[in-house]
Amino acid sequence: MTYFRSDIRQRAEELVSLYPRRRSAMLPLLHLAQEQDGYLSDAGMAEVAELTGTTPAEVRGTAAFYDMFHLEPVGRYVVGVCTNIACLLAGGEDLLEHARRTLGCEVGHTSADGLFTLEETECLADCNIAPAVQVNHRYVHATTPEELDRLVEDLRAGRRDHDIPPHGTLIRVRRSGGLRVGAAELAEERAQARAEREAREAAASEAS
Amino acid sequence: MAAVDTPPIVTARRDLADSHTLARYLDTGGYRGLRQALTMHPEAVAAEVDAASLLGRGGAGFPAGRKWSMLRKAPISYLVVNGDESEPATFKDHYLVERDPHQLVEGVVIAAYALQVTQAFIFLRGEFALGLERVQQAINEAYEHGALGRNIFGSGFSVDLVVHPGAGAYICGEETALLEALEGKRGFPRIKPPFFPAVTGLYGEPTVVNNVETMSNLPWIVLNGGAAFAALGGGRSTGTRMFALSGRVNRPGVYEIEMVKNTFRDLIFDDRLGGGIPGGHELRAFIPGGVSAPWFGPEHLDMVLGQDEVGAAGSMLGSGSIVVMDDTTCVVRAAWRITKFFSRESCGQCTPCREGSGWVERILYRLEHGGGRTEDVDVLLDLCDNISPGLNWPPQQTTICVLGPSIPSSITSAISRFRDDFYAHVQHGSCPHE
Amino acid sequence: MSEPISITLNGRVVAARPGELLIEAAEHAGVFIPRFCYHPRMEPVGVCRMCLVEVESPRGSTLQPSCFVRVNDGMVVRTDSDKTKKAQDGVLEFLLANHPLDCPVCDKGGECPLQDQTLAHGSGETRFIEEKRHFVKPVEIGPLVLLDRERCIQCSRCTRFAAQVAGDAQIDFAGRGDLIEVATSPTQPFDSVFSGNTVQICPVGALTARPYRFTARPWDLAQVESTCTTCAVGCRVAVQSSGNRLTRVLGVDSDAVNHGWLCDKGRFTLDAIDGHADRADPLDPRARITTPLVRRDGGLVPTTWGDALARAAALLRAPGPDGVGAIGGAALTNEGAFAWQQVVRDVLGSPHLDAQYGDGLDPTLVQSLPAATIDDAAAARVVVTLTGDLREELPVMFLRLREGVAAGRTALIELASGPSALRSLARVVIPVVPGEAADIASALVDAARPAGADAVSAARELLGDGEGVVVVVGRPNLAEHPGIAERAALRLATGLPKARFLVALRRGNVRGALDMGLAAQWRPGRVYDASARGRDTLAQLDALRRGEQSAVLLLGADLVGNVLDRQGAAAALEAAAVVAVTGHGSPTLAYADVVLPAHVQHERSGTVTNLEGRVSAVVAKISAPGAAWSDVTIAAELATELGQALDYDTAEAAAAVIERTTGYPAHTVLTSASIDGVVAGTGATSSRRVLDPIAFPGIRSADAVGLASFAGDTLSLDVEADARGNVVPALAQVAIAEVTVPPLDAYAWRVLVARRLYDHGAALAASPALAELRVPLTLGLHPTDADRLGLASGDEVAVRGVARRTALRVRIDEGLPRGVVSLDGATGTFDGDDILADVIEEGATVAQVRLETR
Ligand SMILES: Cc1cc2nc3c(=O)[nH]c(=O)nc-3n(C[C@H](O)[C@H](O)[C@H](O)COP(=O)(O)O)c2cc1C
Ligand code: SF4
Ligand code: FES
Repeated sequence: MTYFRSDIRQRAEELVSLYPRRRSAMLPLLHLAQEQDGYLSDAGMAEVAELTGTTPAEVRGTAAFYDMFHLEPVGRYVVGVCTNIACLLAGGEDLLEHARRTLGCEVGHTSADGLFTLEETECLADCNIAPAVQVNHRYVHATTPEELDRLVEDLRAGRRDHDIPPHGTLIRVRRSGGLRVGAAELAEERAQARAEREAREAAASEAS
Repeated sequence: MAAVDTPPIVTARRDLADSHTLARYLDTGGYRGLRQALTMHPEAVAAEVDAASLLGRGGAGFPAGRKWSMLRKAPISYLVVNGDESEPATFKDHYLVERDPHQLVEGVVIAAYALQVTQAFIFLRGEFALGLERVQQAINEAYEHGALGRNIFGSGFSVDLVVHPGAGAYICGEETALLEALEGKRGFPRIKPPFFPAVTGLYGEPTVVNNVETMSNLPWIVLNGGAAFAALGGGRSTGTRMFALSGRVNRPGVYEIEMVKNTFRDLIFDDRLGGGIPGGHELRAFIPGGVSAPWFGPEHLDMVLGQDEVGAAGSMLGSGSIVVMDDTTCVVRAAWRITKFFSRESCGQCTPCREGSGWVERILYRLEHGGGRTEDVDVLLDLCDNISPGLNWPPQQTTICVLGPSIPSSITSAISRFRDDFYAHVQHGSCPHE
Repeated sequence: MSEPISITLNGRVVAARPGELLIEAAEHAGVFIPRFCYHPRMEPVGVCRMCLVEVESPRGSTLQPSCFVRVNDGMVVRTDSDKTKKAQDGVLEFLLANHPLDCPVCDKGGECPLQDQTLAHGSGETRFIEEKRHFVKPVEIGPLVLLDRERCIQCSRCTRFAAQVAGDAQIDFAGRGDLIEVATSPTQPFDSVFSGNTVQICPVGALTARPYRFTARPWDLAQVESTCTTCAVGCRVAVQSSGNRLTRVLGVDSDAVNHGWLCDKGRFTLDAIDGHADRADPLDPRARITTPLVRRDGGLVPTTWGDALARAAALLRAPGPDGVGAIGGAALTNEGAFAWQQVVRDVLGSPHLDAQYGDGLDPTLVQSLPAATIDDAAAARVVVTLTGDLREELPVMFLRLREGVAAGRTALIELASGPSALRSLARVVIPVVPGEAADIASALVDAARPAGADAVSAARELLGDGEGVVVVVGRPNLAEHPGIAERAALRLATGLPKARFLVALRRGNVRGALDMGLAAQWRPGRVYDASARGRDTLAQLDALRRGEQSAVLLLGADLVGNVLDRQGAAAALEAAAVVAVTGHGSPTLAYADVVLPAHVQHERSGTVTNLEGRVSAVVAKISAPGAAWSDVTIAAELATELGQALDYDTAEAAAAVIERTTGYPAHTVLTSASIDGVVAGTGATSSRRVLDPIAFPGIRSADAVGLASFAGDTLSLDVEADARGNVVPALAQVAIAEVTVPPLDAYAWRVLVARRLYDHGAALAASPALAELRVPLTLGLHPTDADRLGLASGDEVAVRGVARRTALRVRIDEGLPRGVVSLDGATGTFDGDDILADVIEEGATVAQVRLETR
């Protein structure tokens, strides 16, 4: 019995197999745990600890370093408004203030209906469409109060479900191809390639 | 006159709506560079990159070819691509991963071949949900197409490529922090020496780390030759480069232009580029290469966009992002906001960075919000001096990584250029410019 | 050794060792560089930046962290320049920015390097007028440790200790930047048996220990350097008291032994010593025995020393030499042990002496195996463990072994009877079902065995002829006959002629007691007496029951609580005249006729010998309550009463006699302040380097502790006398009882009884700080076995042993071999269920039970 749903567990195991060392899968696995629960539950983190061969404290400590991981439940939509330098110069603070009023929640908090969590973000690397706004890490290009209000209405009405999945679902494209040989074989292959290359180089240097 | 007519290299597909698909990529010359590379000796591929004198596009500007050749003396285990792009006002890699993911994948496979590496990773900023999907899609297609995986295009060369999502921490752009994150840990930069991950990188093995844009240049370089690349630009700054322009300009965006042939004035004011400042306002200052860089003023507008030129003038081209501030800009607020960024993003290892950033941020906040005291300005400078002794450029370090010494840049720039603005804040409790 | 190099330090040319850290090189040259994160026993990380110094380079001078930079020849360093000073003052000011400066209410106040630095260099006036970071305080992160987050300076000493040294990251940093904090997982408290070390190495008052919190101020404390005798590792400690009350034990850094670390049992059980002065019931282990007691009208009543000694002498003399014997003594000092063996052997004329309670190993085997030191084991190419979980049995030795194994320097072969904290690091794990250890040992050294792909073959390949191999051997399973482990050790010793052995006996000074002759065939100074025929503990109990022996002298309290067959022991004592010498109460005293009150740990001076044979000093810190005497005094007075006075009556005099008559360096160790690390009395005056002044303000740390001269002596296998003239039996002559292990029975489960640190013994019971941590009695099962029986963790299952049927809770334990059940938490039965007597059949070579599920 695992805490992860079977499909999530299967993807989790696939992810672990992609890396030479299982702890490397920590961040992708935490994203997956968040896909299941919308945030990082204690049980989700315990399962990540088991999958990565770490302790629950290490998982929690690692997760808490990163802004995208939420240790407490958040809304279905996490709305991030950037106020960093380029967006500041484009009125990011005003847009954030507007979002606060529209969503009815303070920065860092979740609206009473549990739908929205509002965040003030650092630069989202979309400075040409400023102020930059993301919902669940999708760029939404809502730079004016009006555009933002329309977006919020659409989200409430479920009209953006096709392109904005609920919070936690980050990468909807699954890896489909690949060597899929597992870390051990890769390492072997690498060693072999290295040996061959060294032999070649030795031969070359002898020749010269 | 701006040299904007040079054909773009990495943004050649910018007008195509489906530039991210394999089909479109293939009919616009995609994977020809890789096929070409696979017919060459790996060292010959590396030699082309060396000849191109391609400077790393991640911020430090170290020549990619040199990094590789330094390394090729020892067998390299891993290739890691840095797509963390979190430096404020930098958004070129965002463009590349969403709009031309196959070009990136092709570049990575070429580099892997040149370095004879069988395992590569692309570390992408976690907030790039679409970019992560596009790159994963491109990787899936590339496997299908035979451009990735085992026995690529029948050449006998194999490489596996894994996309690794970040999770929201600027410091993971620093290459050793990135490797820590790739090892499943928190992004604490590693203490130096060793100075290069090349010596002890991922899992302690030799590792090459290069930026997304650096990689994206490789297909063109292989197809057209390093010499053709080096023929563009001038001096150490060869080829074209993507500049991310933002702030108080009419046409913010990413512009790929030839290096050294253009000035900051061209970039900011040319109608085909930045298109000038809205409302005809005056330029007060601009940041020439990301928020870690000291600010420039109107007197620098005619300087060419070249790494050495900007370096000699006491700043850096860094990540190639230019932020324009005009006479409606409160520089105290700008400096505060940038400092707040560093304070939020300090990893927390080093005392001067962890405590210093928070302290100067709080002083700036007070100043900006009308609670400042005259002596605060000198306290700020002295605290900055304790973070980065001497307050000169390039900075001296008291910390493990250069995030620490980046903190003073905007503060000392703002104070040295606009000290009176600070005093005005103290006296009036608000900004005379806003 | 490579050639020394020279560096220029503040304009002075000084010598340094190539590759040495700059901070250490400076220290050797007498220049102390301030630091917080650097700890000499952990990898440097260079994060606090307090140790920045100016280093010249061709491109001008730069500030470098001296804890991370290594010296090279000709390096030019300034620790006194303006640039260095400004950097260090800057870091200090930054550290104080968010620090609460609550020194008056902080445990660390008075011994805090942050406070000291601030007083020495701080500007006096703060420029920080912003609001400080604020946390709700304090957080109980574990049963023994509290965290005040706002005092934390993020040096990562504690988290690195947990992850790198203890190997169990129950605490880690969480958050980022100036919000970073030490945190546990909500699902796992910080209950490591090493948690106290984090408190000790915390440079500020962020981590505090519940037992010590608010009990004392450092300037009220007096301290001595001593040796912990909680187990046989013999960690060096500083013992502190305020007035006559023990307040704190800190680990002292000793190269050879504990590297500054302690386990929580050694650190915190000091409250058992004087925590319960009010308890009077001598049957309660929490009570101190403060006056001589004699049995009168069925009860124990106080009496005078004169009366008690006269009665004791009469009782012990009455049966004649063969009718009396002594049991115990592993908790004594060497001097006490020596004195008591003299009373028994020379005064009473009895050969019946045994320091162990039948749960140890044959003394002749112990003394004859080619010996290794802890250092040898920590640096060995291969270590074989045939022990219980070392983290539970000998915690700090676990840390020492773990270091080399985790670093990949040492390959670990585990002969695994049960769970072990080293398991995940082992190169080869061979599960050992109870009764099979000797067979596995034979397979490991059987040259004729064909090689295969199995674990035994892999182990054989690593072992070779034993070169570079250290075997750590103990009693992995108390529920099997000692002959099984003994035979396994013997087979490894004969099959691997170049291997050396570290005998992992557990009790405090058991090795010293054996060295001092508290074993029938061993006279003081490790002298073998082939002609001696004495009874060991179990034989004495047998003889008492049969009436062949009628009096017994108990050296240390709790015989009944320590043997497996408690009822048998009770029956034996019931029939006998019992004289008990003890500082603590115990259920065993129910059978005592005379009780003589003795000093305990920290009340007596003398020497002890750790498991590797290293002699070091213990120093009295407080005076004992009431009328208690030291063992040497009691023995001397009793000898006088018996009509044959000893020629000493103090520890020092006894040590002199020991050294003069046997060459054993007791007196040198006890009296010498000039020998590195061996400091008697309070004057720690020797010129030793200060290893971690942060953790240890005012206390000097030791380079080498104790005398190595007797540690790790390899006694020859074949010769009759060793270099010192001690007669040594050839290993081949070691006589070990032949045991026949019954075949596995499909319906029976073999039983494992392993030692746990937090057991139900008297020490834990008497310690208010630790009593709650005693592990509950459970039945351990391998997950596959549990599945097969349809049992889950927490289910009840009926266990049928020899006597009765008992219901126990199931605990799933992946560390167990299949087909084995463990009785966890069953040892030491002060308050526990008397389960062992029920399930373990007297005289059986392996214990078996049946499980009844519904
Ligand atoms: C604080 C900090 C943040 C950085 N962020 C990035 C980044 O987001 N992307 C990047 O490519 N390089 C970043 N760098 C630079 C990298 O450390 C490294 O130099 C670069 O990835 C090397 O690639 P290149 O040689 O192709 O430029 C950062 C450096 C520092 C100190
Ligand atoms: S300088 Fe700042 S970001 Fe860099 S390692 Fe030190 S604390 Fe972390
Ligand atoms: S950085 Fe050297 S002691 Fe902390």
